[in-house]
Order: sequence, then C-alpha cells, then structure tokens
Amino acid sequence: MSITDKDVRHIAKLARLKVDDAEVEKLADELGSILGYIKKLEELDVAGVEPTSHVLDLYSVTRADEARPSLGTERALANAPEAEHGHFKVPRVIE
Amino acid sequence: MSILSMTLKEMSTALKDKKLSSKELVSFYSDRIQKYDGDLQAFLHINENALKQAEEIDARRAKGENLPALAGIPIALKDLIVTDDMPTTCSSRILKNFRAPYNATVTELLRKEGMVVLGKLSMDEFAMGSSNETSYYKQTRNPWDLSRVPGGSSGGSAASVAAGLTPVSLGSDTGGSIRQPASLCGIVGLKPTYGTVSRFGLIAFASSLDQIGTFSRSAEDGAMVLSAIAGHDPKDSTSAPVAKKDYTLDLTGYVKGLKIGIPTEFFAEGLDPVVKARVEAGIAKLRELGCEPVEISMPHTDYAVSVYYIIATAEASSNLARFDGVKYGYRAESENLYDMYTATRSEGFGAEVKRRIMLGTYVLSAGYYDAYYIKAQKVRTLIKQDFEKAFEKVDAIICPTSPSTAFKFGEKSSNPLEMYLSDIYTISLNLYGGCGLSVPCGFDGKGLPVGMQILGKYFEEGKIMNIAHAFQQASGVSTDVPEGFKE
Repeated sequence: MSITDKDVRHIAKLARLKVDDAEVEKLADELGSILGYIKKLEELDVAGVEPTSHVLDLYSVTRADEARPSLGTERALANAPEAEHGHFKVPRVIE
Repeated sequence: MSILSMTLKEMSTALKDKKLSSKELVSFYSDRIQKYDGDLQAFLHINENALKQAEEIDARRAKGENLPALAGIPIALKDLIVTDDMPTTCSSRILKNFRAPYNATVTELLRKEGMVVLGKLSMDEFAMGSSNETSYYKQTRNPWDLSRVPGGSSGGSAASVAAGLTPVSLGSDTGGSIRQPASLCGIVGLKPTYGTVSRFGLIAFASSLDQIGTFSRSAEDGAMVLSAIAGHDPKDSTSAPVAKKDYTLDLTGYVKGLKIGIPTEFFAEGLDPVVKARVEAGIAKLRELGCEPVEISMPHTDYAVSVYYIIATAEASSNLARFDGVKYGYRAESENLYDMYTATRSEGFGAEVKRRIMLGTYVLSAGYYDAYYIKAQKVRTLIKQDFEKAFEKVDAIICPTSPSTAFKFGEKSSNPLEMYLSDIYTISLNLYGGCGLSVPCGFDGKGLPVGMQILGKYFEEGKIMNIAHAFQQASGVSTDVPEGFKE
C-alpha cells in the first residue's frame, strides 16, 4: 500500500497537524508499511457480517433530565491558556 | 514481618488491629520512592499530602470509626486518571501542568475507600505504546534490568509495583496496556470486562476498548482493589450494569474440573521458545490442580492487530481532537485560529501520537471509511465470535501474554509496526471485550519474568482471578521485588 506525499499532507490538514517536508516522506513510509500490514484484512470475506462498534448490549443510555451542579465558570476556565470576561479566548477567526 | 512482603489483606488486618498505622505504611513507601525512583523513573507527580491523608485515616480509626477494608493502604495511579489535587499529563507535553477540575470516578471511589494515593505514574504518551518510550517526560525502566523497558503503556504502574514503591496501582488497558507490562515486570495485571470499571475521568484513547484495571503482586490483592473500584457509574454511559461485589469471595483456590482452552494460534511462529516453555509449564501446573486443558482454535487471531490498529487509531483521532489549545493544556501562540490549532497539536503531541492520529484520520477519511473502518468492525465481529465459540466449550483461555520477555530500550522503537506486534497476544481480548489477566509463571535465562495470560468471558473476573490465585498458591513463582530493590 503506497501513501503519497499528497495523501500525507491531506490527512495532516484534516487532523490539524503541521508536517514539514522532512516529516512527510518519513510518515508516508511509516503509514504505508502499517497499511501494507493491515491489507491482510482483504483476505477475509465479510459479506453478511454485522459490524461491531461496541461490545455491550447497551442502547440509548440516558439519565433523568434533572438539574445538577456543574463545574462553574471559574473552575471550567482554570486551565484556559487565555480567558476573558468568563469566556475562552482564541486568536482572531475573521480577518 | 517486613511491610514489603505483606499482602493487602495482612495490611488491612494489621491496620484494623492497630499493629500498624497508615502513617507508617505511607512513610515506608514514600521513603522507597525517594530512594529508588531516581533509578526507576516511574513517578511523574508525588502527592505531597499523602502523609497528612494517612494521619487523617489513622485519626478516624483511633476514634473508633469503622473503615473500609483498604482504608489507609497506599496506591498509585497511571497519569491518565484525573485527580483534582495533582496534575494529570498523560505523559504528554500537550497536558503539561494540567490540573483537572474534577476527579475520575475511580479516584472518588478510592478516596471513599480511604486509600492513600502516593502519586501519578509514567506511561506511554496517551497510552500509545508498548514500552514507555513515547513518554514526553520520563522513560520508566524495568526493575529486573534497568537497560530494558517495563512494557507499556502502563509501564510506570507495573514497574512501581514490581519494585515495591507502592503495594498496588491502577492502569488502563486498550490493547494490552495492563497485561503486557505486568508480564514484563513479573506481577499480576488485570483488565476487567469492558464497562466493569467506570471510564469517567479516564482520559480517552479508544473508547470502545479502554478499561481501567489493577496491578498487584497477587491475584488476591488485585481482587480487593477491584472490589473497591468496580460497579455501575451513571456518569459513564458505557458503564455496565454490574452490581458491587466482593471479588475475593471467588478466590476459593478450587479449580478442579475447570476446562481451560489452549488456542493453537497463540503458540505459533514468533513466540520466544523460553516463554513458550514457561507458559506450557504453567498449563501443566494447572492440570495438576485439576484443570482440564482443551485444545481450541481461534482462527481470526492473525487479523487482530490489523483490526485493532484501524479501530483504535480511528477512535483516537476523534478523541484527541479535543486537544486544540483552547480550553486547557499547551497552546502555541499564533496569529489566527487555524494556525494556533495546528501549531499547538504539532508541538504538543509526540511522534507516535501524531502517527496514530494520522492513521486514524486516514482510515476514517472519505473513500477509505468502508474499506478500512467498516471492514475492521466486521472482522471485529468475527474475532468476537471466536471467543464466544471458545467459551461454549471452556471456562477460560490460557496463552502467553507477550511473545518475548522485556526488550531493550531502542530495540523496537525505530519500527512502529514491530512495536505493534508486541501486543499480538493481548489485543484480541479488547476487541472481544472480556476480562483477562497476566500472572507470573517463571523467568527466562536472563532472569526476566514471563507472564501467562488467563482470559475469561464477560464479567467472569472472579473465575479467572481464582485460577490465577490457585496457580500462585501452587506454583510458588516469586513476586518478590528484584535484587537491587530489597534494602
């Protein structure tokens, strides 16, 4: 399975990761070799097999809609790299 | 009697009878951490209030309060279980100095039990690794040979118990991260059935696979801790409706007539001959105890690693999207939001984490979703059926935990795929979701421990721990601390 440099740059963009040129080639090789191993799954015929996303028989788990104490603004913001007026602050979004 | 050789039950009794105080116990282990952790590199954070908390327990006991069985006994936690009084870093730069605003359910349960948390333990970054080498902060060493890895990802949890720096610890197991390091460090590591222990406050890696479990010298010690942390949690919607129970009651030591499945696929090519011989000797011992070995086949074993590295990375790529420099953790300064996200994540995550996020993003991306992700979920069904069919015939499955004993630092870290294959015997169980443990079954020629794996059906922790218990009683395989940690 070969992964092109273009693929690597595309995935990095989707994953919000920055990869420099030297990393692109290395990642293409590494991902290619892992995907080459994973290719093994092609040997299996899975027609008619249901996918398993979760092992327990739990469906639509909900709790009662009751108000409960929550963290509160101060604790929720305690780890924020930047906060202002009770909000998380981020760099400019609209130029 | 030296504290180091005491079981939790003995500690519990001595505390109750006031022959020992929690303060003495905590001081004993704190001194050992002081003395040995420079070599071992297991602890990322030390609980500065441990002694004070021990004194509080002692004071409550002195007043005649009836305390839970484990009150006053020390424990340590893998650094992905959140605690509001210490940092939780997942061994990652992106969570440097992160202090959670709340406690994990297990942290609360341990507090309610009165256990004293000594500190937080090193791991592979975000639990991604099998050797502790991907930690941003420190690489924990194997106490049996400091030039070798302790296994991973719960390497600190395993090494700290093996070296006697804490009597027990908690870790998490997504693809073998409790059982493999337990095996490489020569102690007992239990991964309970998926959903048995709440994942609330466990920083997620792969949500359909992650499970918290215990490290201990004996199956009995593990059963005691499991009794304190297992049970349904309304805060975790994937938590199973299991009732609280005392798992030590299952440890009768009586295993006569139990059918143990020996899967041919787990003893094939790639298994170190010495590991094979020790596990086979373990099986022979179980036969002596009255277990009946049955040869079984689990035909889809060979596909488990592939399925795992699709499902686990897909889930991880989604779970780790939350680390973006906005609400907590590391932030790289940038002019605009998009650059802030990418710079934060690129500087904050290590190479292995980025590799897995990339792989997970790829298998979920348009055009590949069906070929990889859905296909993997279907093969997961086949692997699950292998287990279900096996458990129609047998009570438990016995196999090696790891294909080799502890390897050297750097030996596998340059080749991700080779590292992934070191989890070849542990991964299937997570895909099925049942319970499993590793119990020491001897040593190799270099004096390194070998682990035997015992796998069980959903919610049959008691049964597999009883087999391990009976085995430990009969085999006499030592779980004493290694030379160099005995003083």
